[in-house]
Amino acid sequence: MSTVTAAPPAIRPQTVSFLTATRIVFWRQLRIALRNPAWVIIGLVQPVLYLVLFGPLLEPLSKSFGVDNAYTIFVPGLLVQLGIFGALFAGFSLVAEWRAGVIEAERVTPASRTALLFGRILRDVLQLFVQGVVLIALGFAFGLRASIGGMVFGLVLTLLLGASCAAASNALALVTKSEDVMAPVINSIALPVLLLSGILLPLTLAPDWLKVLGDIMPTQHIVAAIRAAFTGDWGWEILWGSIWSVVIFVVFMWIGTRTFRKENA
Amino acid sequence: MIHARGLARSFTTRKGREKSEVHAVAGVDIDVEAGEIVGFLGPNGAGKTTTLRMLTTLLKPTAGSATVAGYDVATQPELVRQSIGYVSQAGSTQPEARAGEEVVDHGMLYGIPKAQATARGKELFGQLELDGLWERQPKAMSGGQRRRLDIAMGLVHDPQLVFLDEPTTGLDPQARANLWTHISGLRTERGMTVFLTTHYLDEADALCDRILVIDHGEIVAADTPDALKGQVAGDLVELVVGDAAHAARAATALSALAPGEAAAVDGTSVSLRVPGAGSRLPGLVRELDAAGVVLASIDVRRPTLDDVFLHLTGRSLREDAA
Repeated sequence: MSTVTAAPPAIRPQTVSFLTATRIVFWRQLRIALRNPAWVIIGLVQPVLYLVLFGPLLEPLSKSFGVDNAYTIFVPGLLVQLGIFGALFAGFSLVAEWRAGVIEAERVTPASRTALLFGRILRDVLQLFVQGVVLIALGFAFGLRASIGGMVFGLVLTLLLGASCAAASNALALVTKSEDVMAPVINSIALPVLLLSGILLPLTLAPDWLKVLGDIMPTQHIVAAIRAAFTGDWGWEILWGSIWSVVIFVVFMWIGTRTFRKENA
Repeated sequence: MIHARGLARSFTTRKGREKSEVHAVAGVDIDVEAGEIVGFLGPNGAGKTTTLRMLTTLLKPTAGSATVAGYDVATQPELVRQSIGYVSQAGSTQPEARAGEEVVDHGMLYGIPKAQATARGKELFGQLELDGLWERQPKAMSGGQRRRLDIAMGLVHDPQLVFLDEPTTGLDPQARANLWTHISGLRTERGMTVFLTTHYLDEADALCDRILVIDHGEIVAADTPDALKGQVAGDLVELVVGDAAHAARAATALSALAPGEAAAVDGTSVSLRVPGAGSRLPGLVRELDAAGVVLASIDVRRPTLDDVFLHLTGRSLREDAA
């Protein structure tokens, strides 16, 4: 029977930079995700289903929104929905990783614990980016018309929001370590956010009391900003929505980073 | 290699409105020298894993201090992490990943270049009898293979000190014996220091130079397996006489070997702990023979660590572990 023998003396552990560690974690996550066909297929089919099965219902309404094509209104909403829902569920894979001992094993390496979070968020942001591009391209085929700059700007806001939600979800996963706790928490947060943000239908059609509730919801302003970017209406709405995106991003990244750095998380 | 003083960890738990403090580890002193294999023995819930998590920087101590591989766990956690390997009870690999890639990625997080981590990983796979499993998914491996993969993960950066948390729990006897060979090989072949936790007495006995016995968050004994067993006064001698009528005579003769103690009689069986029993048995046999007592059998059992645990805590480890 062979036994473990001395390694060549050249192996010397050393501190890895934050960026290098983030890259290692990101590639590992991406490799595992891409090998799972369900992850790829479901990720791409979701936006397509919404566009194909829900979009046509909106077409007769486009005049009341003041646009020529309903998809110019609908696609920005779907972008935000993808950003919130897709990313909020990202933490579930972290619970599975925790159970398999992966997180503990990574936490005893000298790699920055923030990098363990950021590498995972990057995977989710990349997924969101691909979904967003598919969604916009399909929308274009359905008649969506917007400037390149407007679409790129809308996508960037979406990615900021998605990164925030992924950070929140991973932090929640690390604290609860249980799918059974996470699922109801996420659903009870996501559903009102979704309904009050005017994602599927703009709140311009809503009665006043619903409008007021929607105004309190930061995500409604983000949806409005992305719509404004798509329709080329560069004004206060865009500024306001952008500020909210950045604020949410900073706060949630701070919460996520803090949770991952905690000694006994 | 490891020096801990008064290392403690307490948790606050709530029971209704009442808050109470649970001392998972109530201040332990630990000294482990380079090149030792030291076992941390205790029942489930005794504080073994909590102590290990403090020594590996996964958990902040609530009191006390510790240096591991020359670095302070509280102020130099990154340097501690660079110097140690840790194989946790929970495993270390994603079931859907590929075994080899997990090892290489893990090595890269220690700052080892990819090519070197790959070479080292393949070498470890060979040494740990994982040949041909480089592309295998951990979920398709046997329990023993997965444990050896976890050990490869813990060794990819060639640490001088490795922590093994319950390394053989859940393995069949053959896989356990196989893993023991590999663990003792870490020290004999590579001069590594090994600190392992276990609730198996035979494991501590077979592998460790020294054993720390922990119970209710406190270290109740620390010594070599032989010295610990020496604390239990003597070997257990059990005589079975051919005729129950001779039992009393046999008990008198046996009791004479251990002054102040009385042999226990149960039917035809007579037993007592006798220090250094081996050298005293020939005389006992001659004496009983001369007295006309017919012996059916003689059994001498060296004390086990289970006897030690019973002696130290008043409880059997087996009852707790079950």
